[in-house]
Amino acid sequence: MSILDQVNLNDNAPVTARTARPVLNQRSMARFALYVLAVTLTLWIILPLYFITASAFSTRDALYDWPKSLFPNPISFDTMDFFLNSRGVYSSALNSLIVGLITLALSLLIGAPAGYALARFIFPGRDSYKLLILTTRAFPIVILSIPLSVTFLNFGLYDTLIGVALVHTALALPQTILVTSSIFVAVPNELEEAALTLGCHRMSAFTKIVLPMALPGLAAAAIFAFVLSWNEVFAATILTSQNRTLPAQVLGSLSNSSLPLRYAGGFVLIVPSLLFILIIRKYLLNMWGRVVK
Amino acid sequence: MAQIRLENIIKLFGKVAAVNNVSLTINDGEFMVLLGPSGCGKTTLLRCLAGLEIPDGGNIFISDQNVTEFSPRRRNIAMVFQNYAIFPHLTVYDNIGFGLKMKKFSKADIEKNVKRAATLLEVDKYLERHPAQLSGGQRQRVAVARAIAMNPAVLLMDEPLSNLDALLRMQMRAELKRLLQEIGATTVYVTHDQVEALSMGDRISVMKSGQIAQVDDPMKVYTDPANTFVGGFIGSPPMNFLVGEVVQSEGGLAVEIEGQRLPAPANLARMAGQKVTVGLRAENIEAGEVKDGPGLPTQVMVVEPLGSHLLLTTRIGGQSLKVVTPVDYPVSPDQPLWLRPDLNKLRWLDAQSGTLLNLN
Ligand SMILES: Nc1ncnc2c1ncn2[C@@H]1O[C@H](COP(=O)(O)OP(=O)(O)O)[C@@H](O)[C@H]1O
Ligand SMILES: [Mg+2]
Repeated sequence: MSILDQVNLNDNAPVTARTARPVLNQRSMARFALYVLAVTLTLWIILPLYFITASAFSTRDALYDWPKSLFPNPISFDTMDFFLNSRGVYSSALNSLIVGLITLALSLLIGAPAGYALARFIFPGRDSYKLLILTTRAFPIVILSIPLSVTFLNFGLYDTLIGVALVHTALALPQTILVTSSIFVAVPNELEEAALTLGCHRMSAFTKIVLPMALPGLAAAAIFAFVLSWNEVFAATILTSQNRTLPAQVLGSLSNSSLPLRYAGGFVLIVPSLLFILIIRKYLLNMWGRVVK
Repeated sequence: MAQIRLENIIKLFGKVAAVNNVSLTINDGEFMVLLGPSGCGKTTLLRCLAGLEIPDGGNIFISDQNVTEFSPRRRNIAMVFQNYAIFPHLTVYDNIGFGLKMKKFSKADIEKNVKRAATLLEVDKYLERHPAQLSGGQRQRVAVARAIAMNPAVLLMDEPLSNLDALLRMQMRAELKRLLQEIGATTVYVTHDQVEALSMGDRISVMKSGQIAQVDDPMKVYTDPANTFVGGFIGSPPMNFLVGEVVQSEGGLAVEIEGQRLPAPANLARMAGQKVTVGLRAENIEAGEVKDGPGLPTQVMVVEPLGSHLLLTTRIGGQSLKVVTPVDYPVSPDQPLWLRPDLNKLRWLDAQSGTLLNLN
């Protein structure tokens, strides 16, 4: 039992508390500081999210009240309703979904084999290849945007969903490759070799042994790619005019709409990401905390 | 049937030759142990046999078929890995049946073979469990069951017992020996444990730095090591080696060790005047207080009681000599001791190269 727990148990466990008191020293102070830090950081993230959510469900008048009430009172769906029914929201949400799914599929199809190669084979140029993957992140999309737009216009990809998805795939690939490679590294090579001696080809050894074991991690990597695409706004704005994804649409239309609508838009953008993170949390713990079910 | 023939196998890792020109024939149904210190190339040689490594030189024949470049699944082998390598996402049943399923056996045949293998290894009670729910010893059994369920012509095992605790290892050793006799597959068994090698093998190949130092049946390897390396690696304590000089004396040929003479066989005559290494096992030496018969005057340095016997480390001149005596033998450090070796069991080796001398 940690010292902090013992202190918290003061009321119902006075004996434990008494024995613990002499040890209330530096270590528990450090622990306390750690908790304060953790709580601060959490609030830093949570509070804005909360206020956006609360504002999205408040009446217009309540938004300008001061002091603000902690809960929307009364709860109102007017703003949300208005936002969701305004022109282009549904179609752009659908666009976002399609672009996200294409990005997910492409980045896994390209990224997972690359990750597997990095995990299993020592090939010439392996280290430079790794470095190269990272340097793609060093090119700001802002610099690339003009040539990219011109190229896309030439190829007929401008203002198409597949065009946006291609750029999102390029953005997602570095992390997909590095994450999947660490997932494959965690599947012992010996298991694959055992499968080979038991009658498998390289391919069936992969599909029967490596893939099932890597699946949770691969799912997490896939969802990462989706979330990245869902949230990406810059490329999506520059490379489209009519077929906008949700963030591009929201950014384009909300900057000149009223404050309540901005809250509603913000809320709609945040929710899917939060949901995804909640869903993949288990797998993230699996992957990094090495927690075995 | 499944004879294995290795011809001049070479496997390089960069500039290091992990296996350096190994030739070896393993008979059908034979239990061959590859024994050697860690890093001597046992695993690499076994992996070449399995097809997990392709040798840089030489040929491998299984049942007279050249399989050197064959992928593992075309070799009719099964392998037990050092860390078991059982599949964590499959049940014990599916693990044992995996190979049969890959070879497209019918459901009924798979079931029959899985049940048979599981029963042989006493894991039939755990067929529905996942590996995470098994102990180390049980996982080890599943790994062996998975291999023998394949009815392989050749069974390859890489230190299968090294991850078990001492008691379990001894139990499993006897059990494996019986089991492998029963199924009769040609077996290549890698270990660095000389006790395992001596107790299980039909023959032992002792390896050193990627090469084979000796291939013989266990007793022969023990009593007639091909060189000082083998003698020093096998046996506990290892064989004693004393350096002396072959001399002609009035009573015939003799070897003079630290000024003391022991009779030497007549066919050592060509070595007269030269240095020679004498190999002798600790249990072939009799300890006494008084000088009677040919022997060596020594001084006791260390007395180690080992339960069933005493292990004495003694010194003669600058050389040391290990001896075993009954536990109740009265002896204490620093006392002088007269050691009488069994003269028939002395082994004569070249003092320079350390190889056994051919006395015929
Ligand atoms: N994949 C590899 N890459 C480079 N060197 C290796 C590899 N596998 C083995 N070696 C080297 O080859 C030698 C023999 O290794 P190994 O066959 O595993 O020995 P053993 O099984 O007898 O302990 C060692 O020096 C080892 O470092
Ligand atoms: Mg090894």
